[in-house]
Amino acid sequence: MKEPLKTVIVEPGKPPIIEPGHTFASVTDKISSVVLTRRTPRGWYLGFGVSFVLVMVLLYALGKLMVVGTGIWGVNHPVGWGFAIINFVWWIGIGHAGTLISAILLLLRQEWRTSINRFAEAMTLFAVACAGIFPLIHVGRPWLPYWLFPYPNTMGLWPQFRSPLVWDVFAVSTYATVSLLFWFVGLIPDLATLRDRSRRQLPRVIYGILAMGWRGSAMHWHRYEMAYLLLAGLSTPLVLSVHTIVSLDFAVSIIPGWHATIFPPYFVAGAIYAGFAMVLILAIPIRAIYRLEDFITLRHLDNMAKIILVTGLIVAYGYMMEAFMGWYSANPYEEYMVLNRMRGPYAPLYWALIACNALAPQVFWLKRARSSIPVLFIIAIIVSIGMWLERFIIVVTSLHRDFLPSSWGMYYPTVWDWATFLGTTGLFVSLIFLFVRFLPMISIFEMRTILPQARVEE
Amino acid sequence: MKRRPPIYGLMAEFDTPSDLVAATLRAREAGYRKMDGYSPYPIEELAEAIGFHSSRLPLIVLIGGLIGCAGGYYLQYWVSVMDYPLNIGGRPLNSWPSFIPVTFETTVLVAALAAVLGMLGLNGLPMPYHPVFNVSRFALASRDRFFLCIEATDPKFDHEETMRFLKSLKPRSVSQVPH
Repeated sequence: MKEPLKTVIVEPGKPPIIEPGHTFASVTDKISSVVLTRRTPRGWYLGFGVSFVLVMVLLYALGKLMVVGTGIWGVNHPVGWGFAIINFVWWIGIGHAGTLISAILLLLRQEWRTSINRFAEAMTLFAVACAGIFPLIHVGRPWLPYWLFPYPNTMGLWPQFRSPLVWDVFAVSTYATVSLLFWFVGLIPDLATLRDRSRRQLPRVIYGILAMGWRGSAMHWHRYEMAYLLLAGLSTPLVLSVHTIVSLDFAVSIIPGWHATIFPPYFVAGAIYAGFAMVLILAIPIRAIYRLEDFITLRHLDNMAKIILVTGLIVAYGYMMEAFMGWYSANPYEEYMVLNRMRGPYAPLYWALIACNALAPQVFWLKRARSSIPVLFIIAIIVSIGMWLERFIIVVTSLHRDFLPSSWGMYYPTVWDWATFLGTTGLFVSLIFLFVRFLPMISIFEMRTILPQARVEE
Repeated sequence: MKRRPPIYGLMAEFDTPSDLVAATLRAREAGYRKMDGYSPYPIEELAEAIGFHSSRLPLIVLIGGLIGCAGGYYLQYWVSVMDYPLNIGGRPLNSWPSFIPVTFETTVLVAALAAVLGMLGLNGLPMPYHPVFNVSRFALASRDRFFLCIEATDPKFDHEETMRFLKSLKPRSVSQVPH
């Protein structure tokens, strides 16, 4: 066999996107061994066990909800939108980073995306699954969510297509479907690799069925690449539309603090911001546990930190504009809403959100912070918390001071609100654990393409 | 119907993508047309060397997108104007600006489904059985080896002659592909 070339694709002065010395075989074996041959680490059982307990908590909370009703939650007049909406927006935002990495960075020919796109896409799917639970359960009668879809029914009724809430149904279900398709199409060649490399019968049959007889034919690859590119082109406007439509749930209403034209771009940036933070939270332990430092290099972490910094600045601009518009609109309700956020009963949460989202990521201006793994991990967690607080502030502060002081009130989440939220994090983490165990978490065939020996020399 | 040839074809195994592309170009010069290259990752030059150009998939996706677009809008139009008209403050029944978001989503949905199903359909997948898998070394095609298979249905195919030709390309090995 030829000696692998020691040169690596690098822009001058930048660390490599894959450590030198790898071959087609070593990349294949290293990634597929996590699924096929390597012993499952004990930490996997522990982590999966803990998160699975949280899934049971989720099921219990949902069971209680079905039996008793939404009265177990903290929502009441005037705050009719509580944790369900906060968590829905938070989760669906997290998903956006996965699509951004897999689609937008593909179109922009950012080769470094290759080693993180697979699990970022998985993260998208699982985050959307968690997000999808909330609108279904907060409809009041959670056994009738199919009423949201237009289907001929004996009641002779149809959804109101002029409502952003119906747009949401279409946006989120399309997003979930297209993300699943994109992820599965990306997996097909790798499933074929697992089929060819597994030595036991059962995995061979299962991966074989999923790979659908993929054989790496040149003609197949040609159409495959075309389809992949087209999917990326379709997903790019899709991902922007999803959070835009989510923001329209708020912006189309006439509640002070919601009725703002800045909402769509500000929500999309916030979604990418939260999503990249979640990619870092997942990538840092995964690369350490499975020794994937060769594939997920410091360059990847550095780039993600830069994206967090940029989107964080856009989000900070959004906060500034909200405050500015409160003053500039000369509308007493808008003005009051802004001041109430800063000085009212939820002021500590507002200032915590500013500290988490606008101030904390500023350390990423420093190269030392971007290359320090503990700093990256801690900031990513702070950003995730900050983005959750942002949704809390947006949803709750605008509602709790109604137009008439006689209908003012406070919102306090109950133990069932918390149980449902924690339960969905458990569901998310359990699904990530299962994914890492049973599917290649890095796209093997795309890793082969970025090796220097993958180039054809005439 | 033509008689089925006794074997599916002959398959040569190469170590590097450059060798495979060079071999494919040589085979094409030698007049072979019914052949296919197999590689563990997409190689643009290989599809070109085989002489494969396909532009049907974008058309399928375009048609899918148009169907999604028209269907999505028509669904809303039919519901809001024809089947269940609601007069709200005298606003037009066909309030098209608020129908755009759903129309956009159905466009993307149908186009994406067309892209995936079109790709699988044109590729003939899922395919439960294919003769190339009868060569045991072919399992490496999804790892680090590169294969060229000249099929027996090629008019120029001759067992001895093609075998000699493939061996002249200095492959790692040449094997018969039984049906």
